[in-house]
Amino acid sequence: MVGHGGIMMLLVRGLFAAVIAFSLGIAARPAAAADDTIKVAYIDPLSGPFASGGDEFLKVFGYILQKVNADGGALGKKFEVVPFDDKLQPAEALIALKNITDQNIPFVMQCTGSNVGAALVEGVSKHNARNPDNRILYLNCGALATELTNEQCDFWQFRFTGNVEMRAAARIKALPPEVKKVYLLNQDYLFGQSVQHDTKKWLAKLRPDIQIVGDELMPFGKVQDFSSYIAKIKASGAQSVITGNYNRDLNLLIKAAVDDGLNVRFDTYLAHLIGGPTAIGSAGEGRLSSVIEFHPNVPVELNKPDAEAFDNGWRANHSTDFSEVPFLTMFQMLAKAIDKVGSTDPLKVALALEDMKATDLVGFPVWMRKEDHQISMPYYAAHFTKDVKYDSEKTGLGWKTDFIASSEDLTLPTTCKMKRPKS
Amino acid sequence: METLLISLLNGLVYGMLLFMLASGLTLIFSMMGVLNFAHASIYMLGAYLAFTISQFVGFFPALIISPILCGLIGAAIEIWGLRRAHHNGHIAELLFTFGLVFIIQRVVQMTWGMLPMAYRVPPSLDFPLFVLYGSNFPAYRGFMLVISAAMLLGTWLLLKKTRVGLIIQAALTHPHMVSALGHNVPRVFTMVFAGGCVLAGLAGVIGGNYQTTEPGMADSMGPIVFVVVVFGGLGSLAGCFVASIVMGMIQTFAVVIDYSIADLLRPLGLAISGDTLLTEVLTVPVARIGALLPFVMMVTILFFRPRGLMGMRDT
Repeated sequence: MVGHGGIMMLLVRGLFAAVIAFSLGIAARPAAAADDTIKVAYIDPLSGPFASGGDEFLKVFGYILQKVNADGGALGKKFEVVPFDDKLQPAEALIALKNITDQNIPFVMQCTGSNVGAALVEGVSKHNARNPDNRILYLNCGALATELTNEQCDFWQFRFTGNVEMRAAARIKALPPEVKKVYLLNQDYLFGQSVQHDTKKWLAKLRPDIQIVGDELMPFGKVQDFSSYIAKIKASGAQSVITGNYNRDLNLLIKAAVDDGLNVRFDTYLAHLIGGPTAIGSAGEGRLSSVIEFHPNVPVELNKPDAEAFDNGWRANHSTDFSEVPFLTMFQMLAKAIDKVGSTDPLKVALALEDMKATDLVGFPVWMRKEDHQISMPYYAAHFTKDVKYDSEKTGLGWKTDFIASSEDLTLPTTCKMKRPKS
Repeated sequence: METLLISLLNGLVYGMLLFMLASGLTLIFSMMGVLNFAHASIYMLGAYLAFTISQFVGFFPALIISPILCGLIGAAIEIWGLRRAHHNGHIAELLFTFGLVFIIQRVVQMTWGMLPMAYRVPPSLDFPLFVLYGSNFPAYRGFMLVISAAMLLGTWLLLKKTRVGLIIQAALTHPHMVSALGHNVPRVFTMVFAGGCVLAGLAGVIGGNYQTTEPGMADSMGPIVFVVVVFGGLGSLAGCFVASIVMGMIQTFAVVIDYSIADLLRPLGLAISGDTLLTEVLTVPVARIGALLPFVMMVTILFFRPRGLMGMRDT
């Protein structure tokens, strides 16, 4: 027992030493490299089952920053992304936020999960109210819930990606006129229910001729065999399945349809998500469509060689697609705002971002609305086919645009009543 | 009627896949008294190995090689890991396998990346076997049924007709007596653990392209396999078989049922309306909570019959 006690003491002492060394390290870091770069913190799942997205986005930011920094960065300084892991947990994200504000980083991005996004909107707002001399700006690059720029909107959040309702509007606008019967299948959680709600809203608004022959929520990530869903879809006589499903909930659904021989369109919201094309493969040919921020064939279709060259620069070293043009737009707008006000002060930058107009990689206009801090940007409705110049994830199939929903098309009314800071 | 028959077939295919995974776990669980948390991770490893091997030598050699590799990995885990942890009791073993889950997950992510693999059904099996009421039954599902039936037969013969099987069977129900009779119980443990891993690997090979080969596949299969083992009962392969088929059927059939508790009450003159505390619970259709049913059944059976459906010993 004495031996054990000794070992325990040693362990405890070692732990203390490690903790102290660690906290010193953290304290020392910002001082060492304080003014060399403009730091932008990045919170996303970098471990656990959802790490594939965060891991990929981190690489994308690396590639985007090469361009943004080569173009001059902001205030003559380069941008630097500082990653933090939230494991897709709101609580972890708030711990990361504390860590970020302790390091006096003025900007924080987060691109996955509306639950985390909602926590950050609130966390950042509270922090800024309590610490007016150490504020931080939340750049939302992928928390999609419509509420975040409506009921829950906040001055300190700017969303640089389309929300669910904007995507729903684009999705329904892009449905071909011959589709008359649709089946809605969505995951039973916040995002899926939001897709279900907004899809129905826009179907009623834009396509009253379409009949909804099935409307169903399925358990998120729990279904192992989709053949029964396929049997139901078949019995309903639907021509198209409109679904917000992604990852395995989408892959398995399409696989089951192909196995069954069921001939139905899959009009999705997120089939283009990283890994999706690989998992679906040729099963998606001629039946799969998605609404996308950008895809490699957009520059070809619009004849924009510069944008094509930029996309090829990514393809040269990666087997995935570069569809994160909104991330690039975000950094370009941020750089413009910082240059305009001559500082990285979050309040000044926020005011400069409001109502800012810019152009994206292929020259389409985008606009950050002052009322709700929601960006207006174009969306591309595209289908999955062999008939393209650039394939997706080396599958031999790629995205081909059917319809472009412009920035104006997707500028939707907001219910946001924003509280603005006094100073 | 047609939906019924199609769901029956698909439920059977999924149930057999579950059985392949669960049978190995039941054997390990019964013998060592420890739930091997890493069992589904071996299943994942089997799928990834099969994907990589099939790129070099094709699918059918991979069908043999991958499970063998999984068996070797299992044996190594048992000899150099579990056997040491075993001296410190069941909790240590449990925590050991629990840790393995994360290690294997991370190793897989670092080796093969975070994204799904393009692991597809081999072209020679990629055709509809027969058409049933306008729905294709893919040949690959037939192939899965054949493989799992062959495995069932093989395991049964091994356990019932060989001397090794006799010792394993004895050790399932009376492990202390077997060691008292002078058999090398540690070696039997290694064999059973490796054998269980072979079965999990085999399930991975044929399940990896039936579903998706991705780092999350262990997480999605793990819980349901535990449910099967507990529901089927400790030490009973037959119980495990019945439980697998039942769970497979439940999951496929639940999707087809669009009724809720409120619909059941309606003929009795009870109409549910408005927005009360129970409205959501009573009006949710079975299809939406189908994936929850296996867990409800596990809780129920633990309540009424703690040793499981055909269990020989208490859990």
